[in-house]
Amino acid sequence: MPAPRFETVIGLEVHAQLVTKSKVFCSCPSIYGAEPNTMVCPVCLGLPGALPVLNREAVSMAILMGLATHCRIAPRGVFARKNYFYPDCPKNYQISMYDKPLCEEGFIEFELEGETRRISLERIHLEEDAGKLVHGGDGGSLVDFNRCGVPLIEIVSKPEICSPEEASKYLVTLRQLLRYLDICDGNMEEGSLRCDVNISLRKPGGALGTKTEIKNLNSFKAVEMGIRFEIERQAGILGSGGRIEQVTNLWDSAQKRLLTMRSKEYAHDYRYFPEPDLLPLDVGVEWIEQMEAKLPELPLEREKRFRDKLGLSAYDASVLCAEKVVADFFEEALKSGDDPKQVANWIMRDVMEKVNAGQIVFGRVNGTPLLRVISPTQPGAAEIIPPIEPGHFAGVVRVVANNTISSSAGREIFNAMVKSGGGPAEKYVESLGLKQESDSGALEKWVEEAIAASPDEVARYKAGKTQLLGFFVGQVMKKSAGKANPKLTGEIVKKKLEG
Amino acid sequence: MTDLLQYSIEGLQGLYRGHKASVREVMQSYLDSIARREPSIKAFLQVFGESALKEAAALDAKGFDGRSLYGVPMAIKDNLCTRGIPTTCASKILEGYRPPYNATVVDRLRAAGAVIIGKTNLDEFAMGSSCENSAYQITRNPWNEAYAPGGSSGGSAAAVAADMALASLGSDTGGSIRQPASLCGVVGLKGTYGRVSRYGLVAFASSLDQIGPFARDVRDCALLMEAIAGHDEHDATTIPEPSPDLHSALEKGFDGLRIAFPSDLGKWEMDASVKDIATRTIDDLARGSAPAAGVTLPGMEMSIATYYILANAEASSNLARYDGVKYGLRTSSKSLADMYDETRGAGFGEEVKRRILLGTYVLSSGYYDAYYAKAQQVKALICAQFEELFTKHDLILLPTSPTPAFKLGERLADPITMYLSDIFTTPANIAGLPAISVPAGLAPNGLPIGMQLIAGWGREAKLMRGAFGLERIYHFRERFVRVAGSEGGRDAGA
Repeated sequence: MPAPRFETVIGLEVHAQLVTKSKVFCSCPSIYGAEPNTMVCPVCLGLPGALPVLNREAVSMAILMGLATHCRIAPRGVFARKNYFYPDCPKNYQISMYDKPLCEEGFIEFELEGETRRISLERIHLEEDAGKLVHGGDGGSLVDFNRCGVPLIEIVSKPEICSPEEASKYLVTLRQLLRYLDICDGNMEEGSLRCDVNISLRKPGGALGTKTEIKNLNSFKAVEMGIRFEIERQAGILGSGGRIEQVTNLWDSAQKRLLTMRSKEYAHDYRYFPEPDLLPLDVGVEWIEQMEAKLPELPLEREKRFRDKLGLSAYDASVLCAEKVVADFFEEALKSGDDPKQVANWIMRDVMEKVNAGQIVFGRVNGTPLLRVISPTQPGAAEIIPPIEPGHFAGVVRVVANNTISSSAGREIFNAMVKSGGGPAEKYVESLGLKQESDSGALEKWVEEAIAASPDEVARYKAGKTQLLGFFVGQVMKKSAGKANPKLTGEIVKKKLEG
Repeated sequence: MTDLLQYSIEGLQGLYRGHKASVREVMQSYLDSIARREPSIKAFLQVFGESALKEAAALDAKGFDGRSLYGVPMAIKDNLCTRGIPTTCASKILEGYRPPYNATVVDRLRAAGAVIIGKTNLDEFAMGSSCENSAYQITRNPWNEAYAPGGSSGGSAAAVAADMALASLGSDTGGSIRQPASLCGVVGLKGTYGRVSRYGLVAFASSLDQIGPFARDVRDCALLMEAIAGHDEHDATTIPEPSPDLHSALEKGFDGLRIAFPSDLGKWEMDASVKDIATRTIDDLARGSAPAAGVTLPGMEMSIATYYILANAEASSNLARYDGVKYGLRTSSKSLADMYDETRGAGFGEEVKRRILLGTYVLSSGYYDAYYAKAQQVKALICAQFEELFTKHDLILLPTSPTPAFKLGERLADPITMYLSDIFTTPANIAGLPAISVPAGLAPNGLPIGMQLIAGWGREAKLMRGAFGLERIYHFRERFVRVAGSEGGRDAGA
C-alpha cells in the first residue's frame, strides 16, 4: 500500500474501437480476426496518392458517446496528423484530432462505496487505429494492416481519479456505457477497449507531482494491479527523498509486472498539424438532435427506474442493468405482466447460471433480446437450436408463480429449454408431465405413505423437531416425481402430524 | 498524307468522324515523333508504344463515338498512379513500385476516350522548378536543348511542346504546371483547389496540389479540364459540383471581363523580355475592349515564404510513408531505425531531403507557432485580399515566370533563386485560385514566355475566356510554331 502521506492522482486515456460496418476513412470492413492483410485497400494501407474519406457512422457513434457523457459537442472538429515512425502505422502519421476534438468537457458518474462519484472528461476525439506487429520466431517481424483505419474514440479523463479501485470502476462504467450505446464491444483482451494510465503522487493538497504513464493494460485486473504497483514504486522513491522521472511503464501481462522505459526512449514530438486531406468536421444542430433521439436510457437512469417503478433492490437493479441486453430481456419478459421481483430473481439465478456455464448467451434478433442456445456439439453454431425468447422465459416464471408447477419443476423446464430450445412453457409442462399435483386426495395418500414409512422421524417431529417438515415434503415430492404442490403438501403433513 | 501531328483535339476528331484518319495512324505519328525527339529531349520515363497502338486499334474497331477525348494521344506525369504500371515520382525510393489502382484522372481520361502513350519526367516528388531533380534523367527544353523545360512537370510540358503528345497532365503545387508551360511555349492550367480530384496523385503538399492539363491551345486545354474535373467521392476536398462547361463560351474572350494587373510589377526582379511582354499586353488590352486596372497583387511579399513553409510542412508528413517497410526501396539494415535512415538516405535526392528537413523543422514543437501557424494566418490574409479584389475584377494578368527558360545546371547550386522563380505562381496555390499560363511571345534568345491569368474561386469559365482572349492577341502558334513536329521545327524568329 502507498505511504499514506501521499495522495494519488490518476487520469485515464481510454481507446474504444467503434463497431462501424466499415473503417473510418475507407470502405474496408471493420472486422476482427480475418486473415492478415486481407481487409485492406490503398487508403488504409496509406499507399501513395490514396486519400481518406470520413465515415459518418463513426462520427455519429462518437457524438453518441459525447452526449452520453454530458460533453459539449464541438460545432467544428478538426482532424490532425500525429506524426511518428512505426511499422504498424503505414503512413507514419495517424489521423487523429488535436486542438479541436469532437467532444469536450463532460463527465462520467458511478457509485463507489455507497457514494456517487463524478469524474470529469477532458475530451473525446475520433481517430484511426494502427496495424499490428507480429514478431516471428526467427527474429523477423511481420505487420498485419487489417486493423489500420478501424475507428477509435479516445476518451480522456481529467486527473480526478484517486485510487486503483476508482480507476477500475471508472473503466467498468465507461465500458458499460459503450456497450449500452452499442458502439464498442468493450473486449479488453482482444484490444477493442484499451486503457493508458497517467499517475502521480502529491502531498495532500500540494502541487501536482511528476506523472508517469502505464501502457499496455489489457484487463481490468491489469489496470488495478498496474496502478497499485506504480503507486508503490513512486511512493518508495518519494519516501526516500528521491525524484520521480517522467517515464513510461509497460504492463507485462505474462509476468504481471511493470517494465519501466526511460523517458528518452519515448520522447516524441508528434508535430501535429491539421489534416489537409479532410475538411473540418462541421457537426450541425440537426446531426446532434438526431443522435440525441437515438440516445437510449442510460444505466444509472435505468437502475433508478427499476428501483422506483418496479420496486427492485438497488443490488438487483444494478445487476440487471450492467448489460443493456440483460435489462432489455428483463423488461421484454415483464411485458406479460409477471411480478418484476420474481422475473428478476429467475434471471439473476437461473439464467445467469446457464450463461456463466456457457450454455446460453444473451443476443438479439432484429433488435429483440433473447437467449441463444449454444449447441454442445457445435458450440460455434448458436443458431441451430431455437432461441429462448423473453416470452418463453416469462412463461416459466408464470407457471411456477400460479402454482401450475413447483419451482423445481420450473427449473427443469428451463433446463429443457437450454437443451432443446425455447417454446411455450405450457408445452414443456405437458411434454415433461410436470403439471403440479394439487388434488388433496392424491396428496393425502402420498403423505400417509410417507408417514407410515418413517416412524423414527414421526417420533422426533412429535418430540418438537418440526424442522423435519421438509423431510416429509421431500418424501412426497419423490413419490410424486416432483409433481406434488409443495405448499399444499406441507400443510397436509402439518395437519396429519400436529392435528 | 497530311501531318497528323498538327491537329488539335477537335481537328483530330473531325478526321476520325470523317474517316480521314484512324486512331492507329495518329498514334503511330506520335510514336514516330517520340522516336525522333525523345532521345535528346528525355521527357518520358516510360513510353507505352505497344499498349497505345492496341488501345488505338480497339478504338478504331468501335469507331468514333463522340467522346470528348476519343483517340487523343496523351502523356501523364509520373506522379499519377496507374494500375500495375510503375509510378516513380522520379524518385529512387519508388523504383519498381506498381500501384494497385488508377488515379481518378487516369480513369476519367480513359473514360473520355484518351490513349495514354507515356508517363513523363518530373522533379522528384514534384519538388523543383527545372526537372533537374529527377533521379532518372534530365529533360531538355524542346526550344533549345541546353535549357531546362521548367518544373516540376517539365516532362509533360516538353512532351506537348515537342509534339510527342497532343496533350498531357501535370500537377501544380506552387507553379509546377504554369511555369514549365511558360518555359516550353504551351498552355498550362491549374484549376480551383478541389476542382480536380487528387485521388491517385502522389501527394507533395496536399492543401496546394492540383492536377491540370497542358495543351497547345486554350480550347484543347478547356476540353481536357472538362474531362478530368468534377466531384470525386474518393477525394473529400473536391468541390461538390459536376465538371463545368469551359469551352462553349470561349469565343466571348475578354468581352465584359474586368482585368487587373499588378501596378507595381517594376518592383519585382524579372527579365526585361518578360517585363516587355507584360507591358505590351497591358497596352494591347488598353487599346482593345478590356482595359486593365492597376492593383496591388495580394501575397506577393509573403507568398514565397508562406508557400515554402506550408508546402514543406505537409511534404515532411506526406513523404514519411516511404520507409522501406511496405513498398519501393528497402536497404538491408541491422535495425528498424537503421532501415528507416538508410532507406530514406539512399532513396531521396538532395532537394527532397532539404524540404523534408525544413518541413519537419517548421512543425516542431516550439517552432510551430512562429512558422506553420503564422503561415496559415498569412494564407488566410492572402485569401481574404484576393476575395476582396475579385469583387471588383474578374481576372488578374501577370507574368507566369520572372524569366524565360534558364540553362540546365545554372540554378542547381542556388536553391533560393530556384525558389524565387515561383514568385508569380505561388499566390494562386496559396489562395486555391484557378490560374493559367498562355504562351505570349519569345525572348530575344528565342525562348518562349508565357503570361498568366488568375481568376476568382471557382471561376474557371471566365479564366478560359480570358486565356482565349490572350491567345487571340498573341497568335503564338501561328507566329512562332511554324512546322509542328518536324526536326527542330521551331522558328526562333520573332
